[in-house]
Amino acid sequence: MKVRTPLAAEALAPDEGGRYGVYGGRYAPETLMAPLEELSRAYDRLRRKRAFTRRLRHLLEHYVGRPTPLYFAERLTEHLGGARIYLKREDLLHTGAHKINNALGQVLLANEMGKTRIIAETGAGQHGVATATAAALLGLDCVVYMGEEDMRRQRLNVYRMQLLGAEVVAVDAGSQTLKDAINEAFRDWVASFADTHYVLGTVTGPEPYPRMVRQFHSVIGAEARRQLRRLAGTADPDVAVACVGGGSNAMGLFSAFLDRPNVLLVGVEAGGRGPDLGDHAARFAGGTLGVLHGARTLVLQDDEGQVVGTHSVSAGLDYPAVGPEHVFLHEHGQIEFTSATDQEAIDAFHLLSATEGILPALESAHAIAEVARRAPEMEPDRVILVNLSGRGDKDVESVLEYDAASGGRVSVRRPSGRHSGSASGDGDAE
Amino acid sequence: MSSRRKRPSRNGGIAASFAACRKQRRSAFIPFLVAGDPSLEATPDLLRALVAGGADVIELGVAFSDPIADGPTIQRGSHRALAAGSSLSAVLGIVERHREELGVPIVLFTYYNPVHARGVETFAAQAADSGVDGVLCVDLPPDEGLRELQPALEERGVNSIYLIAATSTRERIDRAAAASNGFVYYTARSDVTGEREDLIPTLAREVKRVRRRVRLPVAVGFGISTPRQVEEVAKVAHGVVVGSALVRLVEENAGEPDLAALLERQVGELTAPLRG
Repeated sequence: MKVRTPLAAEALAPDEGGRYGVYGGRYAPETLMAPLEELSRAYDRLRRKRAFTRRLRHLLEHYVGRPTPLYFAERLTEHLGGARIYLKREDLLHTGAHKINNALGQVLLANEMGKTRIIAETGAGQHGVATATAAALLGLDCVVYMGEEDMRRQRLNVYRMQLLGAEVVAVDAGSQTLKDAINEAFRDWVASFADTHYVLGTVTGPEPYPRMVRQFHSVIGAEARRQLRRLAGTADPDVAVACVGGGSNAMGLFSAFLDRPNVLLVGVEAGGRGPDLGDHAARFAGGTLGVLHGARTLVLQDDEGQVVGTHSVSAGLDYPAVGPEHVFLHEHGQIEFTSATDQEAIDAFHLLSATEGILPALESAHAIAEVARRAPEMEPDRVILVNLSGRGDKDVESVLEYDAASGGRVSVRRPSGRHSGSASGDGDAE
Repeated sequence: MSSRRKRPSRNGGIAASFAACRKQRRSAFIPFLVAGDPSLEATPDLLRALVAGGADVIELGVAFSDPIADGPTIQRGSHRALAAGSSLSAVLGIVERHREELGVPIVLFTYYNPVHARGVETFAAQAADSGVDGVLCVDLPPDEGLRELQPALEERGVNSIYLIAATSTRERIDRAAAASNGFVYYTARSDVTGEREDLIPTLAREVKRVRRRVRLPVAVGFGISTPRQVEEVAKVAHGVVVGSALVRLVEENAGEPDLAALLERQVGELTAPLRG
């Protein structure tokens, strides 16, 4: 059993400039510096205000559906034949993923700050849908930037955002994915911050975003600990697993266990098609220190400091940088990182669907893939906690396409009964 | 140690350029181009055209894959340059070969990541050796720049230029002014780069607000594209920066054999009001 040496609480908190060790910071154009300072102040004022936190808690309970269940995945556990597997069911939240925790928090904050317009970037579409939902709830205008490639992959989510009253703007620059959508959202904000708040969807970006987004998601880990104590007889799992794109669902889960030495924290990145630069989004495997989207962190880039393209079957993990706190915690031995390939994620998608009747988001399927590797190696009295960060309805088309391209997987069975038995058997009976 | 300090100024640095303009009782003209747009081979000729047209300082853009502070015109210019093989290495090579011949100071206008990837010490040494006069990192405000890049540049006599925006508080203006050397760059619009039909009427008041707090020359940019606008801005600023309008000219005439001549003519028209 591995034991971690947790960092002291003071070492865990970012400094005034938003730095986790040498990571993070506030690398933004001057035009945004004053608005970012204003945002930090507003957030620090409001997070301590009872009325604000009460309102957020109320909406999380009655509108979003918190607490989410913690579910013992008995058939998956049996199938894998090892550690007991518990799923934190963020997929059951309103809008279908953990993203709403942060989107609602930030939109409430924006409303308190007197902003009337909300902008957001989105990759898989879940953060865009969550932000559009929160904006609709508060009656604010909403514009969501989305890469054209992602709009193709996630066209149902595009229409969902439009139904919610948001304008979805196609970004055709660069790789047409999440990173380019973030670029475009920043450009909008540079010109619009006077009446607009930018709801950044993950734990990266300039201070205060990494700590603010983490805080809005920390409810995931806090709930999971309480629920695990009731359900499994221990508040501390042996292993906690989450997928990591920017890393918001992972920080939300891990934040509750950073001071627990017996909990191994595992982040799963997108291994994509393979280990060559450009074929994956595994920053901890192929990234180097860089500065992107306001933070110093690990970036997939070439020798000249140009950010390279990434690939993942999952739009939400298809991003060349990662939240700075993850890099800091990894450096200090607090989080282990691994990756799952497209194929492993697709296999995990099928596995969870077939054994538990739960279609996971392709992002979350990366975490399930790691569970599938790890659980059989562990004793049956061990506990794995995994963040099922989103549901897979949005990905059904992608999985269908993937399976069709690789020769087809799901065979549609006819109802058993009169037509049962093989055709050749029928022939023999003649 | 002393050999690393202050290389001999070749044709005078940024301060000398502004001082010369002041003597002539006019503002400096500071054109911007993306190095390597439309090709690395074409860039030296285009830089000569800027000088022939009347450039006092050149802002040379280093293309970056994720230019979050640039509008569509300069984004496309960066994209063309990267597709043509431009990089920070290539830009430093161009400066090294042509800075002396050009005879005007060159400020690298870059995002921080290419500099960071190279390592700030290596970058500062190479910038100084190739004859770069100043460096402006769009996404490196003084808050971060003072700790990270500036000491290395200062040690080698390369100027650091910081942006001041319409949103900058008094504290932030003071911070940028204290950190900068050579000049400060005031972004006239709270916006990404790009051309504008009109300049904001409050511009004069805004620039005066900055000038009151800054002892260095104040250059004003973002959105300036016509001789009339140059004339207007020159009334209140020590330097006038024109970027997108020139990048657009390069875009529209990229295949033309007389691209450099066209550029020289446009810069000549833009600087005409300054020559009086």
